[in-house]
Amino acid sequence: MTSQAPGLWPPSGPEVVFLLLGVVALISALLVVTTRQLVHAALWLVLCFGALAGSYLVLTAEFVAWVQVLIYVGAIVVLLLFGIMLTRAPIGRSADLDSGNRWAAAAVAVATAAVLVTVVTTGFRTAYAPLDPGQGAAKPLGSSIFRTWVLPFEALSVLLLAALIGAIVLSRTDIKGRR
Amino acid sequence: MHVVYPVVVSALLFSIGVYGLLARRNAILVLMSVELMLNAVNLNLVAFDVWLRDRLHGGQVLTLFVIVIAAAEVGLGLAIVLAVFRTRQTIDVDRLRALAERDPATGVAERDPATGVAERVPSGDDDGEGRS
Repeated sequence: MTSQAPGLWPPSGPEVVFLLLGVVALISALLVVTTRQLVHAALWLVLCFGALAGSYLVLTAEFVAWVQVLIYVGAIVVLLLFGIMLTRAPIGRSADLDSGNRWAAAAVAVATAAVLVTVVTTGFRTAYAPLDPGQGAAKPLGSSIFRTWVLPFEALSVLLLAALIGAIVLSRTDIKGRR
Repeated sequence: MHVVYPVVVSALLFSIGVYGLLARRNAILVLMSVELMLNAVNLNLVAFDVWLRDRLHGGQVLTLFVIVIAAAEVGLGLAIVLAVFRTRQTIDVDRLRALAERDPATGVAERDPATGVAERVPSGDDDGEGRS
């Protein structure tokens, strides 16, 4: 896997596409955490998740990319928009979205980024993964889910049911506790 | 594909999520930052699955599981946020100080006078929290 790896520069075609998508994802993620309008944060989140789905496609993980589009862009962002509307958040520009410890947060984030980037670049400098398409298609992924990983899959369905019931119980007002 | 590229992108995305988690006050924006961090982990999982050529596709299957768990987490998180909004009329995480350290004699939360947090807290905010 690490043998006959081409040099890090110049990047090949898929790597250029991946880097462009990564830049789009990073910039939109930065806008999610810095924008002053709540609804715009949710919409930048859509762009970020879309760019990440494109990155999964470049990495030959097709099925994960489509699941990302369906669940993240289709369901989770819609759920977050519902939450924004139900909490009667200000639609326009609002000045108090950032807390007072913003600079401490920025320092922690920069430190995290420095540590992580240093570690992964020293650890994986020579690692090279040749891409061959079809590895992440629905057929091999589905057969491995329903053969090898079927027990965690079933446990996950029970977890999803429990989360569903929990969300209903939490959000209904006419259910009272005992006493 | 060099493994460095996806791994570095995912590390930066994770740090952006850390910044949002610590710096935002609105609880829904905090949930969005958690989603960013989970997506960074997903990118890592997919990249390492492709690199290691796992025959069982453990990385991509775990990515699907993480996506499902993220959906469950957002559903429950929004239910909790809505419950908090119904009782407190705010989802500002700086103002949810019901678990703060209290002076047992007065029942008033000890607030740091230097930061001036007490001025931002409305008087009706401590209703029903004084009992210990």
